[in-house]
Formats: sequence, structure tokens, C-alpha cells
Amino acid sequence: MLRVENLRKSFDDFKAVDGANLAVDRGELVAVIGPNGAGKTTLFNLITGHLKPDQGRITFNGVEISRLPAHAICRKGIARSFQIANIFPRLTVFRNVQVSVLSQRHLSHTLFRPAHRMVVEETERILESVGLIDKKRSVAGALSHGDKRTLEIAIALGNEPELLILDEPTAGMSPEETAATMGLVTRLAREQGLTILFCEHDMDVVFNVATRIMVMQQGRTIIQAEPEEVRRNVTVQEAYLGGPEDA
Amino acid sequence: MIADIVRSRAFGQNALLLLVLLLVPAVAGRFYVYILAVIFVTGLLAMSLNLLVGHGGAYQFHHAAFYGVGAYTAALILVKTSLPAWVAFCAGPIAAAVTGLIVGAICVRLNKLYYGMLQISLGSLIWIVVLRWYSLTNGDDGIHGIPMPEFLSSATGIYYFVLGVVAVCLALMYLILKSPFGATLRAIRDNPQRCEAVGINVRRHQLLGVVVATFFAGVAGVLFVVLEGSVFPDMLFWVLSLEILIMCLLGGWFTFYGPMLGAAIMVALRTFVGSYTDYWTLVLGIVLILLIFFLPEGLMSINLRERIRQRGRRASMKAAE
Repeated sequence: MLRVENLRKSFDDFKAVDGANLAVDRGELVAVIGPNGAGKTTLFNLITGHLKPDQGRITFNGVEISRLPAHAICRKGIARSFQIANIFPRLTVFRNVQVSVLSQRHLSHTLFRPAHRMVVEETERILESVGLIDKKRSVAGALSHGDKRTLEIAIALGNEPELLILDEPTAGMSPEETAATMGLVTRLAREQGLTILFCEHDMDVVFNVATRIMVMQQGRTIIQAEPEEVRRNVTVQEAYLGGPEDA
Repeated sequence: MIADIVRSRAFGQNALLLLVLLLVPAVAGRFYVYILAVIFVTGLLAMSLNLLVGHGGAYQFHHAAFYGVGAYTAALILVKTSLPAWVAFCAGPIAAAVTGLIVGAICVRLNKLYYGMLQISLGSLIWIVVLRWYSLTNGDDGIHGIPMPEFLSSATGIYYFVLGVVAVCLALMYLILKSPFGATLRAIRDNPQRCEAVGINVRRHQLLGVVVATFFAGVAGVLFVVLEGSVFPDMLFWVLSLEILIMCLLGGWFTFYGPMLGAAIMVALRTFVGSYTDYWTLVLGIVLILLIFFLPEGLMSINLRERIRQRGRRASMKAAE
């Protein structure tokens, strides 16, 4: 479904992504792991068009998307959440998701019809499925951190994506919130047939949830394989999973 | 949908307000009727600006340029051609919107402050053309004694015309702000990056916003011509753009009627304090400073109903003690 081949991106002299390779197939839950500064977020920004790659190819369902702007890539069926809660703080929870659904249905430019009656069912179904329906009238900026992160996922679902990219969905969450969020993510993947690509620092979460894991270090892909094989890999152990430097 | 609107409380309040305003010429003197019309025209201009600033989060720094383009277009057609007046009245807003489309198409490529600075430059370019093109625009003398149709010959006729057009424009703006377009515009204000990520073409959306807003600025420009019977280059000067930005700030960015209230305050200060001293902006300055410290979201952010409820709650708590 998604193929990333030999992707490179540098900022001035710093090579943020320097030869990343990634393959995501339909129905998978792929995790990207790596130490801080390994280029995970940059890789996601390149895939979703928020940054333009210097070199390499990204294809989605066989179509090259490396040079498309972010909104066009979203139209192809890739939605994402961000590392910091990236919502519409002054709008209500309902409106946050509705804006995304309206965009998906090509209704954003409608000028003379009141919005409060439009795509209500779809929006409420999404809020229901992530458990935010009770808070639909709250102003999004006033939500708790965990709810904001969940709302972010709900906004992404408004685009009816095939591939959902989550950049550290549990960053800054308590252990309970982390468990709840990952439960939500796996349930969504199962129930709605979503393919999910995410990055995460919590190794327990990653090895529990992911069907495949890609390891990055200094912008490079070290390995992409099943969790068991990644665990056995010597380079990965040295680089990341409590190798000599970390001990 | 129309039935919904008619049944809502806001509609009742607005209808009542409109009724009161319709009766004003019967009781008030000519001068006050004129001042009220000035407030409507300035308020419409400020509200059109607020579509972009308060609701769209765009740095629309030179909105007056489009107001001037609308006014000059109408004035020139009325003076230089024998076309009927309604052609001039329709051409004003269209010319403003087309100018908005061109200037906007150049500006939306840039972000935030750069958008604002580029717009000030392009707007000033229009101003200098109007100021220097003597053969067409009469330069800094402006154009005076613009002929008007019969029904706009009396002060009352002008008042009703201005009131009617402004009421229709406000209703349209209200609909637009309640539409998916308006919702998306506020989403872009809150978080343009997220909008891109949900598939919204942010620049195209902002450009449509500029076209809509400059259209209404053009309407305000035409109404100015109707009201004053003249145009002059100061209408396109950046100082006026700053003034209408202050009106939005004064009344409240994030409200519908805020800029209209701001316009009323500015016009009243200029008219009444200005009759005592040339330094009326001193009073405005003090008002602004107080506002920024105590009511940063403008006068409309005083929620009277909430205050009354709080006072009631406090009183009942005291009674319980």
C-alpha cells in the first residue's frame, strides 16, 4: 500500500532522513521506533507532504505522492495526527471533527447553507466510536491532554482514511491513558479495517501492538521486520534496546 | 432552513432593532440620521474586514484599498458615463472583488505578517495610482457633486437605502459565517497546518474569503458615494485601514456585531469629541489602552447575561447564609 524508497531530507547540513525505507501493507499496524532525533517525525512529515523530500520516492497504492501538497495527499486517503495536540482550540469538539468530514465530502466551499445540520450523523458516529460524544459541545481547547489527543485521532478519522499515521499518539500520557489510547487504535484498526503507521517511545506498547516494526537510527532504516526478529537483532539491541550506551 | 431562522430568538431581536432603526428619521433630526448612516457604512466596512481578521485569522492590513476601488468605480461610472445608476452600484462591489482576487492571489502565497506587508504595498500602489492619475480621478481633489438618482435626493431616502443595503449585507455575512465555508475559515484561523492535513486547500479557501470580504468592502464604498456624493484618495490611504482594524479590536474580533459597535464608537468619538478638540484621537488612545488591558477581546466580550446571573447567584448565597 505505502512504499518509501531510499528517502532523504536534510536541513542545511543536518541529514534528518538519510536513506529511509518502509513498506506498509493493507491491514497492518506498523510501528517506527528509534532514539530521539532519529528522523521519525521528519519521515512522517515527508509522507504526508508537510515537507518535500530531497531524494527518494514515496508511492501510495502505486501512485507517486512525493511531490504533492499536504491537502492533496490527504485526498488520496492518508490522514494523520501530530506529536503535539494539533486541534482547533476555539471550536467545539463537534466542529473540530465536522470540519474534517466537510472537507472530505468536498463541502468546505459551500457558502449559503447553514453548517449545523450538515454531516451531523457521520460526525457523531466518529465521536461515538472514540468516546468523545458526551463532550461534543465543549470547546476543544478546554479538554484534558488525553482527550485532545483522542480528538486528534477523531479529526483524522473524519477523512475516512485508508492509512492513518499517528505521530506518538501517547506522548505525555499517563499509563492508563496510554492503555486506553492504544486500545482505541487497535480497535479502530480491527473494526474499520484501517491500516495504521505510528511511532512510539514506549517499547511495551510497540511490541504488544505492532504487527511489524521499522527501526530508524540517524535517519537510516536499520531493519523492518516482525517484532520477534527485531528483538533478536543485534544492531537494534546495541542501538536502542538497552545496548551498552544506554545501560 | 428559513423557518428555523425566523423562529430563532436572534431573528426576533434583529427584527426589533431594524424596526426601531426604520422609525429613527421620524423622531431624530437630520444630523443624527446622517451620523447613523455614516456608522452603518463604516460598520459594514469594518465587518467585512472582520470576516478575514476575526474569523479568518488573516493579516488583512490594507482593506480600505478595496473600499476605495468600489467607491471610485461607482463614482467614475456615474460621472463619466450615461449608464443608469444601478449599473454603477453593481459595478463597485464587483470591481472591488476582482481587485481582491488579484491582490489576494498574490498575497495568499505568503504567510501571516508577510501577507500583511505585501498587501500594504499593493494597496498603497492602488492609492498612488488614484492620487496621481489626474485626468481620470482628479487626483487629491477627489470627485464631487456626483449625480444621484431621484430617490436618493433626500436625507431620509439615503438613510433608508443605506439601512436596507447594510441589513441585506449583514444577513448574507451571517449566513456565510454559519456555512461550512465559515466554519472552515475559523478552523484555518485556529490551525492552518491541521487544515492542510484534513485535505483543505488553505490558500484557495483564504482567497475565496478575500473575494467575499472585498466584495462587501466594495458595497460599503458605493454606499459612501451615495451618502457623501463625493470620493477622495484618502479613502484608500492606509490610515483608514488601521482605523477599521481598531474598530474590530474595539468592538470584538470574535463576535458578529463587534466591528459595527467599534465603528459606532469611533464615529461618535470623532463627531462629538472632535467638535471640541482636534485631539480626539487622544481619547481614542486612552480608550484603546484601557480596553487592551481589561477587555482584550473587545467590548462585546462583556457578557451581560452571565454577569446578571453571577450577581443573582451571589445574592442568593448571601441570603442563604
